[in-house]
Amino acid sequence: MVIKVTVNGEAREADVWPGTSLLTMLRDDLGLYGSKNACEQGECGSCSVWLDENLVCACLVLAAQANRRDVRTVESLSHNGAMHAVQEAFDEAGAVQCGFCTPGFVVAVKDLLDRDPAPSEVTIREALSGNLCRCTGYEKIIAAVRLAADRLSPSTP
Amino acid sequence: MSVNVRVRGGVGESIRRVDGLPKVRGEFEYASDLHWDGMLWGETLRSPHPHARIRSIEIEAAQSSPGVRAVILGGDVPGKKTFGLDVQDQPVLAFEKVRYMGEAVAVVAAEQREQAREALKKIVVDYEELPVLSDPERALEADAPKLHGRGTNIIRTLRILHGNPDAPADVWVEGFYETGMQDQAPLGPEAGLAVPAEDGGVDLYVATQWLHVDQEQIAPCLDLPIEKVRLHLSGVGGAFGAREDLSMHIHACLLALKTRRPVKFAYSRQESFHGHVHRHPFRIWMRTGATRDGRLVNVQARLLADGGAYTSTSGPVIGNATTFAVGPYEVPNARLEGTAVFTNNLPCGAMRGFGAVQACVAFEGQMDKLATALQMDPIELRLKNAMKTGSVMPTGQPVRGTAPVAELLRRCVAMPMPAVEPPLDRDPMRLPGGAGNVGHGEGVKQGVGVAAGYKNLGYSEGFDDSSEAQVRLAREGGEPVAHVKTAGVEVGQGLQTIVTQIVRTELGVERVVLDPADTAIGSAGSSSASRQTMMTGGAVQLACQAVREQLDRLGGLAKLDRPLEATRVYHHRVTREMDENGQGDPHVTFAFAAARAVVEVDTDLGLVRVLQLAVAQDVGKAINPQSVVGQIEGGSAQGLGLALMEEIELKDAKVRNASFTDYLIPTILDMPTVVSDLIEEPEPGVPFGAKGVGELSTVVVPAAVLAALRQATGRELSRVPVKPDDLIGLRPSPGYRTPPP
Repeated sequence: MVIKVTVNGEAREADVWPGTSLLTMLRDDLGLYGSKNACEQGECGSCSVWLDENLVCACLVLAAQANRRDVRTVESLSHNGAMHAVQEAFDEAGAVQCGFCTPGFVVAVKDLLDRDPAPSEVTIREALSGNLCRCTGYEKIIAAVRLAADRLSPSTP
Repeated sequence: MSVNVRVRGGVGESIRRVDGLPKVRGEFEYASDLHWDGMLWGETLRSPHPHARIRSIEIEAAQSSPGVRAVILGGDVPGKKTFGLDVQDQPVLAFEKVRYMGEAVAVVAAEQREQAREALKKIVVDYEELPVLSDPERALEADAPKLHGRGTNIIRTLRILHGNPDAPADVWVEGFYETGMQDQAPLGPEAGLAVPAEDGGVDLYVATQWLHVDQEQIAPCLDLPIEKVRLHLSGVGGAFGAREDLSMHIHACLLALKTRRPVKFAYSRQESFHGHVHRHPFRIWMRTGATRDGRLVNVQARLLADGGAYTSTSGPVIGNATTFAVGPYEVPNARLEGTAVFTNNLPCGAMRGFGAVQACVAFEGQMDKLATALQMDPIELRLKNAMKTGSVMPTGQPVRGTAPVAELLRRCVAMPMPAVEPPLDRDPMRLPGGAGNVGHGEGVKQGVGVAAGYKNLGYSEGFDDSSEAQVRLAREGGEPVAHVKTAGVEVGQGLQTIVTQIVRTELGVERVVLDPADTAIGSAGSSSASRQTMMTGGAVQLACQAVREQLDRLGGLAKLDRPLEATRVYHHRVTREMDENGQGDPHVTFAFAAARAVVEVDTDLGLVRVLQLAVAQDVGKAINPQSVVGQIEGGSAQGLGLALMEEIELKDAKVRNASFTDYLIPTILDMPTVVSDLIEEPEPGVPFGAKGVGELSTVVVPAAVLAALRQATGRELSRVPVKPDDLIGLRPSPGYRTPPP
């Protein structure tokens, strides 16, 4: 079946098997490998993307469900070398080790900060509890969220 | 000879990772992201039975299935039919028998991944189920089924006799401890791409921990000379020991050579649980004797490790656990016996901490019991017996390097305690188990536990795991640039960044380019055993020093008018195997750590919240302090996981929880704040005095959490992971029982 979808602002088309997930279509048919496949059942958040502005696990969404809708992936956050403040903060705070979970975290953190520019620690932990990281122990991920929040809303006293 | 130019980003600075930007942008290419024009997808048929004879395999329907280009069985393997790190006893594809659930039986290559998966369903295997051996104690019995046609299921047994093993003591305490089977659960699943070459060989792009040991195992199975099997490192999404053994490597090469097409494998999460080795479950019986004033006199221990179906690294794992069985303490007399056995459980091998983790659960449990028996403060008891430089291990090996055990304990307990909120009026999200449970904090009790431990750095028992590095210094665009080539594997631990810092410090050159890691250069050894900073860091330092000498003869960087190049190999101190009484000089050197855990337990519901982990670690010298702290925090999370939630559950050797829905790893809500304190006493004889840092927090955190849970509940908890039932007394602790004969 042919899926027509807007991905990162661009009209795209893919001819997929009906059982194909949005994640598989993004990766294997559209060549966008930034969203990662680590659990295939919505437990790890490594494939976090936006579907019509809503944060979803792309592995739990059928490609067909994304037909004629708007998808944004981690690849939408950097342009010509310029990065989003969340990406800068992850790099600077040491929140990256193997990095496999990082794209999913970056998307989930941007989503959080769009909704709550100055989240408390409890809010950060709750918002990111659907993203698994096996390397960092999360300490530096929390530091990165705070750093990004500070940079994005410098007016906060 | 000294470096006159100080450049930014050298040794001792918390510089950003050299691979950080592509990783945060989602541009870093992991093995599961590999793609090649015209590539096929490989899939693996796995045994549903833990032990069975294969009567026949029908593949015709699969071969004619749409898109299928090849089906390969065990009998089709052209060369050696088995592989393995220490002993080559694991079939490339099962023939005659399967010995664990999930063992690979057939592989298929097809144009599309779904076509390969459909074809697997059309392969008919006729199995004759055999009696299942799932209990490691049963494996020792004379009438137990023998899994490998030998007279015994024992993989390795070693005995350490130290001092007078019959020495009497004033006070004895005894304990029985158990640890569960932990999965490394790296987020990046096993993956790789094999590309057939024009010379009849193959190029394999793969996520691994040690390219050369893979190459050595793959080539004989393909019946190819070693130089025709070229390995290239692909992006590694974590490892933690899971990538020491081969997974899809030989399968992809076989299919690529047969179809003359590139073949890619990428395991699913469920498959990953079956596709790599795990942390050995241990049973440990221990008796600890001391004088009335708290001096350790004698330790008697029996350790039994479940090695699962194939040998993997069971030998060195039980070697480690047994040599570290008395802990980082001075013990003049000991009788320690360690045994690893085959069962039909999943094969076990390397995981972060490698035997030292399980031993620490037991010896630190014993130290707390002894403190109670002696009515002594548990920290004071540990300080009184703490190892120091010159202390002698039960193997007779002296601790030659730094051993700041007492200082670690003091600094660990000196770290500030977390603030305590009254349970009844706090946000329910911060109650044990989080919000939504029936309790509101009425039964919450706090506990604090401390543990110390140690582990070897580098490979032991006579193994020369050297590392080779090539450094080339040239002027490019008017600027000096250092190119570095090694086969050292970046698994996420930060090796590439450390290497860059070493080159900057040694050569005074800011621009450092790392060439891809592959088998075109000599081995770097494994990215495991907390060894790469010492070994590949050491090789890079030696190569830089050789280039520096050439540069000095030339007259310094200003006179650099032609490329200078040097290749050097770094070897660690020679170690020796142990004799029949476990005496010898088996380990290169050691690192030590101490952890404190502060926990809350809802004693009505059996739910736990860890409030804080505090880890003091002996690091020698922090080459990149941010990265060192990151290793401590991440290692602590895996230790917390083993203590509280992570276990592959097996029933009659069948896996019941091979998914992230059923096998839980700590989330950001499970993890507390981790505070750490680095002790920097440079280790003599190693580059920059830096000790490996990857494993130590994982060694000590499980024992510290367990101790804190005991204090909070007053229960004798002796098994990790601790389950809610243990904490409310629904599953009583087994108590001490006699070890098997």
